[in-house]
Amino acid sequence: MTMEHCAVDLGPATEILAAYPPEEASLIQVLQDVHRAYNYLPCDVLGTVAKTLGVPLAKVFSVSTFYKAFSLEPQGDTIIKICVGTACHIRGAGQLVEELERQLGVGPDETTEDMKFTVKTVNCVGACAMAPVMIVGETYHGSAKPARVGRFLKETEADHAD
Amino acid sequence: MRIESKAQFESLQAQARARYSDAQAEIHVCCGTGCLANGSKKVADAFAAEAEKRNGAGTPQLVVKSTGCHGFCERGPLVAFKPSGVLYTKVKAKSVEEIVEKTVEEGQILQRFLYKDPTDKSRIEQYADIPFYKHQNRVAMRNIGLVDPTDILDAVAEGAYAGLAKSLFEMTPEEVIDEVETSGLRGRGGAGFNTARKWRSCKKAPGDRRFVLCNGDEGDPGAFKDRSIMEGDPHSVIEGMIIGAYALGAHEGYIYVRDEYPLAIVNLMIAMEQARAYGLLGENIMGAGFDFDVKISRGGGAFVCGESSALMLSIAGKVGEPRAKYVHSTEKGLFDLPTVLNNVESWANIGAIIDRGGAWFASMGTEKSKGTKAFSLVGKVKNTGLIELEMGTTLRHIIFDIGGGTLGDRPFKAVQTGGPSGGCVPESLLDLPVDFEKLTEAGSMMGSGGMIVMDDRTCMVDVARYFLAFLIEESCGKCTPCREGLRQMLVIYDDLVEGRGKPGDIKRIERLAKGMQLGSLCELGKSAPNPVLSTLRDFRDEYEAHINDKACPAGMCRELTAYRILEDLCSGCHACFNACPVDAITGEPKSLHTIHHDACISCGACFDVCPDQAIETFPKKELIATEVV
Repeated sequence: MTMEHCAVDLGPATEILAAYPPEEASLIQVLQDVHRAYNYLPCDVLGTVAKTLGVPLAKVFSVSTFYKAFSLEPQGDTIIKICVGTACHIRGAGQLVEELERQLGVGPDETTEDMKFTVKTVNCVGACAMAPVMIVGETYHGSAKPARVGRFLKETEADHAD
Repeated sequence: MRIESKAQFESLQAQARARYSDAQAEIHVCCGTGCLANGSKKVADAFAAEAEKRNGAGTPQLVVKSTGCHGFCERGPLVAFKPSGVLYTKVKAKSVEEIVEKTVEEGQILQRFLYKDPTDKSRIEQYADIPFYKHQNRVAMRNIGLVDPTDILDAVAEGAYAGLAKSLFEMTPEEVIDEVETSGLRGRGGAGFNTARKWRSCKKAPGDRRFVLCNGDEGDPGAFKDRSIMEGDPHSVIEGMIIGAYALGAHEGYIYVRDEYPLAIVNLMIAMEQARAYGLLGENIMGAGFDFDVKISRGGGAFVCGESSALMLSIAGKVGEPRAKYVHSTEKGLFDLPTVLNNVESWANIGAIIDRGGAWFASMGTEKSKGTKAFSLVGKVKNTGLIELEMGTTLRHIIFDIGGGTLGDRPFKAVQTGGPSGGCVPESLLDLPVDFEKLTEAGSMMGSGGMIVMDDRTCMVDVARYFLAFLIEESCGKCTPCREGLRQMLVIYDDLVEGRGKPGDIKRIERLAKGMQLGSLCELGKSAPNPVLSTLRDFRDEYEAHINDKACPAGMCRELTAYRILEDLCSGCHACFNACPVDAITGEPKSLHTIHHDACISCGACFDVCPDQAIETFPKKELIATEVV
């Protein structure tokens, strides 16, 4: 991990930690809030979390890497999730992953160089009736077809430009 | 207003019921995740704006409610009208003004929004007459679609917390457990353990502090009943938990919700806050002297945390690695204290069971599986969505009468139930009445109630491979049989789907499966071979075709499949040309198109869009054979 990653403002993390009892049981909830605030788990913050909650840093890392909701690497502005649950799988989720790879040049768990998009696959978001499902940022797209992927991306970029 | 007695609760109920009694009409807009994706938020906003325009001061004439999931996600956004009982499907915001004017004010039915029966093309006006709804019997999902989940009075008007009032004021904790026992309720999370027995075993455990937990970590891909219950009627879950806590003498509870369900968390938080404000949750509930409060624990995106011991570790802030089962969580659960963990749907049933009686619940269902069960019906079926039926309904009835049959009327192949721990039920067993025992006998299981319909274009080897890949990602890695067994099996399956299968592979798979069943620590590993073994048993010919003929009979495995256009059938509509992601198809509109095999990646996009069924698959090895010649 480079020093660059570690140069983060600890302010938000301190505020988050103040809201929870300083014990191990708070760990996952704290990490979730930290992840939301920073869009990933910066290494410096993990050190602070470990110290404040009185949990060994190794344990904090163990939890951070066990749960899929956490990323130790900075993520793109918009996260694209492709549901690969069973219903989506048999209705062609794989084609969506390929189409994104063609359009963005990145595969699952990778981020575009311009830090605009991170692509992720998720095991079922529970919207199986509209399979295959693709979630761009907060927007759910049901019955997603590879041919529509380009339009979803353009709409998102336009939203960010606003 | 805090409720301090039974009489006060009853007057709140009466007040809630009278709230809209003078209204001319209620408009229920489905705002479940499915309909939201289809734009139902805009539709709900448009109706609200329209209602505001028409409602003067005083009692509102038009009441607009954003409700939870009506289940019929395929046709969303859905709009239901009360008291007329009319259901409109695929409603767009731009039509809202017209709908209010014509349908609500003049009582005129706009044919184009009515559901069209796919079999006889007739339009169906009434919600209750649509086959998808007609055959359902809703208990756990009784209020979903009827109530605005963010408005507690809506839920109270429909009977929420009536079961709680009855428990607190008319029943002893022991009588509550007796009633649940009479109902015959079994855990709705998949294993089907008797609920009352679980409660008794926890109650017997020594100690003063105990916990009541709700498992909302619905990880089985293809299942979303728990999401819909938590989003659409959170009060049913909270009420069930309070009743359970009262029966067990517990004062603390947690609802563990998976990270992928953000709306469920929001709606549960709102519901809990409102329940606390009315004195229905927290200290001295309804003035009956019983204290209980509940917290939400958000999951971190790990399938294994649906397993009870892993879930409890996760609530405690630890890594979710299951432990061996000889220690029962009813005695040593969360923080090593006695704990009852029930599924969302189980909790949602409790209020109704107490309110209407265990005998009523037990009058439905089969001999050993009582009551109703929620299922998500998805995959290659016409009417996808969420349903609740009496136990013992046949698979054929579910898939063909309620689901309307397979997409495009393609031949039915199998239905997958029970998620990654379940199996695929073949066509020959379609008349099986669905309950816990019968599904297990068929080599599958109930699981979270996901039913994924598969047609002839689904490769069963690929399905088994899919579940292995899923489980490798989700295995916690603690025990070797699960961690390594899955990996070794996947190596063999990769060979099968990519044309490197060799004789003896089936034997090797079966040996690995046996080892995992015997040696794995938790149910995730023990049941992981189920999809493999069930497909091997009923679809062995597909495995053999992959190994011996290097062919995929379903035409799905890309390394084994090629596509071609049938000259006689191609109308030159150009749809395949537009759909091809790699420009492997040439042809002018209105003339014959051609697939170029050197560029084709066998993705099947052309096959899916062709309106004339003019594209067929054939084994790729034929292609190689002709090239050699």
